[in-house]
Amino acid sequence: MTQSSSNSEQSSVISEQRLIGSERPTVDWSLFTAYWRTVSAVLWKDLAAEFRSKELITAMVVFSLLVVLVFNFALQLDKLTRESVAAGVLWVTAVFSGTLGLNRSLALEKDRGSLDGLLLAPVDRSALYFGKMLGNWLFMLIVQAVILPVFFVLYNLPVLTPLLLVVIVIGTLGYAGVGTLLASMAVHSRSRDVMLPILLLPVAVPVLVAAVNASTNILAAAPWDEIAPYLNLLAVYDVIFIAVAYMLFDYVVEE
Amino acid sequence: MTKSNRNLQILNGVTVVMLLISTALVFLYAPLERTMGQVQRIFYFHVSAGWVGMLAFMVTLVLGAVYLRTGNRRWDMIAAASVEIGLVFTVMNAASGSIWARPAWNTWWTWDPRLTTFTIMALIYVAYLMLRQGIEDPERRARFASVYGIVGFVSVPITFFAIRWWRTIHPVVIGEGAGEAQGTFSMTSPMVQVMLFCFATFTLLYFCLLANRLQLETLAQRVEQLKARVMSA
Repeated sequence: MTQSSSNSEQSSVISEQRLIGSERPTVDWSLFTAYWRTVSAVLWKDLAAEFRSKELITAMVVFSLLVVLVFNFALQLDKLTRESVAAGVLWVTAVFSGTLGLNRSLALEKDRGSLDGLLLAPVDRSALYFGKMLGNWLFMLIVQAVILPVFFVLYNLPVLTPLLLVVIVIGTLGYAGVGTLLASMAVHSRSRDVMLPILLLPVAVPVLVAAVNASTNILAAAPWDEIAPYLNLLAVYDVIFIAVAYMLFDYVVEE
Repeated sequence: MTKSNRNLQILNGVTVVMLLISTALVFLYAPLERTMGQVQRIFYFHVSAGWVGMLAFMVTLVLGAVYLRTGNRRWDMIAAASVEIGLVFTVMNAASGSIWARPAWNTWWTWDPRLTTFTIMALIYVAYLMLRQGIEDPERRARFASVYGIVGFVSVPITFFAIRWWRTIHPVVIGEGAGEAQGTFSMTSPMVQVMLFCFATFTLLYFCLLANRLQLETLAQRVEQLKARVMSA
């Protein structure tokens, strides 16, 4: 495919080759930056729209708080047991509010027709995927940033450790990665709001399992050997599914 | 009777015969297991059903990818039929496992890795069928179903490894186990023979059901075409 040119002396030869129209001689950095410009443009659009109205973040935060409240009443536990399920409650909250965010984010695209506009642009479709995915991920992280202090107060746990933050970052990345792809499909279906959880939750089980276990072990100050496998799993999941979503997103949005 | 119909009937007949033979083998030829006794005989059907479930979903993965490549709707039709059949076998797997578990582990259900992964797999494919139901445009339906089939199947091994880091009590007969496994037994030669025969039988059953389902679907589409023609006439 592309051959990187190491020698600038060859540049004149290379430009001649370009004129003749033979194989691409250099790495075309302008394409690379154009790609990332698209990604950041989509991301910036989502962030700007959101920070003007703040409807999505508000909804997600309020919903998360309500879920924490409901769990508090549903699981009437003594202090010790409550601490052992805290990680589970944290991640269930993240999953539910994340679903809400994903749904709203992509439904807005479809309803306003802005997705069609994006598709007309002469850019690689996967750039749209990355832009949306990063936006959704960021929203989930912002919500987590609000919820974690609440957890700290309610459960009296050391939730602000760096390792736990790493788990939250990687876990939400995987969830947003798959979620964006599946939400793009779900918004076209009849029972739109309920379709995304049905599609997403079974596929996101590894994230849930690994994240909850890692978080529980971190909160219990377990040795590194018990935490590391789950971190590895999260990382592997993220890589695999973002790659899969990258490859398949084109097929989802084509008309 | 047309030629394809006759082939289908032959396939049906052969499948029935093989099912009868494998039942006879399981109950008459396979030796009695020392610790568990008669209830161990479920193992032959249970594992075969599980194997066919995985095969069916693998077929869906491959055909989904092929459909996305070629756009030929026939591949999507086979993929959808495969999911339906795979789901049936997966549920059979869970049910037979549950029936075995009651005498062996003294519980109907337990959240051990294999059971959990198979349950999640079943849920993924129920979601697949619901997705198909929810989309009206046939071309979009085929596309989305293919994408979800791929995503779903890729998640299954990862789910399995994720859950396996917990202690397992599911017996591991083929391959190495992790942690304590109650109810494990090593297979003697006649057992291996019976199991392989059951594998073959169930695989044949899968293809038989697939062929029948496809014929049904082809006829249904033909009916739709005729209906459309009558309506517009």
